[in-house]
Amino acid sequence: MSSAEISTHHDAAHGEHHGPAKGIRRWLFATNHKDIGTMYLVFSLLMFFTGGFMALIIRTELFSPGLQFVHPEFFNQMTTMHALIMVFGAVMPAFVGLANWMIPMMIGAPDMALPRMNNWSFWILPVAFGILLSTLWMPGGAPASGWTMYPPLVLQTGDAFPFLIFSVHLMGFSSIMGAINIIVTIINMRAPNMTLLAMPMFVWTWLITAYLLIAVMPVLAGAVTMLLTDQFFGTSFFLAAGGGDPVMFQHIFWFFGHPEVYIMILPAFGVVSEIIPTFSRKPLFGHDSMVYAASSIAFLSFIVWAHHMFTVGMPLTGQLFFMFATLLIAVPTGVKVFNWVATMWQGAMTFETPMLFSLGFVFLFTIGGFSGLMLAVVPADIQYHDSYFVVAHFHYVLVPGSIFGIMAATYYWLPKWAGHMYNEKLGRIHFWMSAIFVNVTFFPMHFLGLAGMPRRIPDYSTQFADFNSIASVGAIGFGLSQLLFVYIVFRCVRGDGATATAEVWDNPRGLEWTVPSPAPYHTFEEPPEVTDGKAFS
Amino acid sequence: MSNNRYYVPSESYWPIVGSIGLLFTMVGVSTWLNGSSPAFWLFMLGVTIVVVMLFGWFANVIAESESGVYNAQVDVSFRMGMFWFIFSEVMFFSAFFGALFYARNMSIPWLGGDSNNFFTNLILWDGFESTWPTNGPADVGGEYESMPPFGLPLINTALLLTSSVTITIAHHALLQGQRALLKVFLALTFLLGFIFVYLQGVEYIHAYHEMNLKLTSGIYGSTFFMLTGFHGMHVTIGAIMLTIIWLRVMKGHFTPTKHFAFEAVAWYWHFVDVVWIGLYVFVYWL
Repeated sequence: MSSAEISTHHDAAHGEHHGPAKGIRRWLFATNHKDIGTMYLVFSLLMFFTGGFMALIIRTELFSPGLQFVHPEFFNQMTTMHALIMVFGAVMPAFVGLANWMIPMMIGAPDMALPRMNNWSFWILPVAFGILLSTLWMPGGAPASGWTMYPPLVLQTGDAFPFLIFSVHLMGFSSIMGAINIIVTIINMRAPNMTLLAMPMFVWTWLITAYLLIAVMPVLAGAVTMLLTDQFFGTSFFLAAGGGDPVMFQHIFWFFGHPEVYIMILPAFGVVSEIIPTFSRKPLFGHDSMVYAASSIAFLSFIVWAHHMFTVGMPLTGQLFFMFATLLIAVPTGVKVFNWVATMWQGAMTFETPMLFSLGFVFLFTIGGFSGLMLAVVPADIQYHDSYFVVAHFHYVLVPGSIFGIMAATYYWLPKWAGHMYNEKLGRIHFWMSAIFVNVTFFPMHFLGLAGMPRRIPDYSTQFADFNSIASVGAIGFGLSQLLFVYIVFRCVRGDGATATAEVWDNPRGLEWTVPSPAPYHTFEEPPEVTDGKAFS
Repeated sequence: MSNNRYYVPSESYWPIVGSIGLLFTMVGVSTWLNGSSPAFWLFMLGVTIVVVMLFGWFANVIAESESGVYNAQVDVSFRMGMFWFIFSEVMFFSAFFGALFYARNMSIPWLGGDSNNFFTNLILWDGFESTWPTNGPADVGGEYESMPPFGLPLINTALLLTSSVTITIAHHALLQGQRALLKVFLALTFLLGFIFVYLQGVEYIHAYHEMNLKLTSGIYGSTFFMLTGFHGMHVTIGAIMLTIIWLRVMKGHFTPTKHFAFEAVAWYWHFVDVVWIGLYVFVYWL
């Protein structure tokens, strides 16, 4: 019997009403946005710890000068795999999981627009990362070229090479399908009367992010396809002897790569824009300007890619263009930061865990933004390039940026998902430990980079010893702090905390707070009445 | 009224089947590329599973559509989904067009000493002059002839452009309920598509055997075959989709008001057409 028959028998009249399926079917065959969102989040957490474990191998080796624990080849495999896993396995799926859970509830939709494709987007990911992680045990080891996969270095990868390429293809399939689903859901499934500008900021930032994903993931697929054909089929895309250019790969890669970094931060902007108003008990300051700022950031992300390659050789006019375009990003980003601050201004603020993570985000992401401005300046970048300053910069925007955004979102919406409150005291301890250790880990890296320590090298000169051991202690502390996070979430999901009300927080805005906690398996099967869309922004 | 609710399917095993198919495909092709020939059969198994999945999944959707559970809003979701899928395809092609433009306007002139690359040319590639087409300063792949724009490629252009007209006629026939006209012009469209693919094959064989123009012929060969190859692959997929749509028309599917699949395939067909025009201008002609 085909599933076509199953569906037509059961649901011809009304779509779906039943609760979750029993056992493993619920997860393997899932079409429910909440189930798929949960799978994304759990998968992301697993990858977060996998990638984090690799980071700790790196930091352990770098605890003191000299080579003590791992071979340099393996060290390079760790830096490469850590980045690939964190970018594609932890941060992106976490935000897609949040999108799955929250977007239908925030816009008053019964589910995602294309529920079966939603399932496929998720279930490609375990395949992709299974393939990628399996390369660790292959002859020649895992990819060691850095996550940027520059030729000709990446072409020296052993048996892992085609597996690397095809796992990236699979991640691309997954992201593109996920992004199509999100765009279609947002554009087509909003409650009647909810205008585009009335949408909550998290929905807005995800709309823009999804657009970026569809625009650039195929470009990455093209770039790695060229690597594959150069390696196995004798093409000359990145071979100067045949008229190609290895630098061309960098251009194509970063045309993907720069929008990619905004893909990892824009949803966090959205999260913070939801949380700060709730705990300031004021509407978001300048909602519409936030939308325009996020859109401007997305637009600019397409015309700044070569700032990743200032030292590789390009015409002076190219350097100038990419420098000025990059500096321009500070304007819309500044709009956002000032708006968050203005939202808090004269607000009746309280400091629950989601708010603490959001405030940490505003402070620490901005530090990462400032070091980004320093890196955007061509003559300065030539000094900083490929140094630990760069490592400090992008970890400031990714860890207290993206990861704090994800943590904030989890604490903010967890009571809605689980129906119980998490332990507030433990949550605050988790925040403070994370916030302190993240700075202990990454702040010294600025000094290391300015003093000339190169990145992606397992050994270093003794003058860098002190700051490196501080950073390593911080990293281990940060890693251990995240175990507390797992414990808090586990206890909350098990139902240890107080029962959560529908509103959870003090008069928060948004449709998701109008449904009970935990949110029923199906929400908004009938679209809600939205009379004053602005009330939900 | 059943049509008020947005249809949310309860569960489906096709996606997980597709994931398993992709797992076999990717592991198979990777192991095969690493030199293990039996892995080719794992690859083929994976591809077979993916094809079965596509047929099963689409059969599922078609059955639902014919049973009338999709309301107008579902139709809009499908349309938007297809639009954004085609946009992702456009971006995939733009990576390869980007490579072509970069090679022609940047890397080859630089290898020839342009801009501040005087010494690159003098020391590394003395005597290389920037020109297009080229297989690079090291003459990678040996002497070759470049593909002339007139002749077969021009015929192919005419074929594809004609197929764009025939599918539009078929669409109008569908809208006006003229089923006979629809059947004929839809059949004409996919026939033109398959003839295009056949002629492209003839062109490739000619290139390989008579002109020594191969995928390995430096950057010209690389861009020529990758761009036309991916395009040819898309035309093949498009022609198969047209055939399936035609079979559905023969079975009596689609009404003047409800025919998303037809339009989706038509959009896709116009997309491969537009890509071809870009190809014809920048790969064959200029």
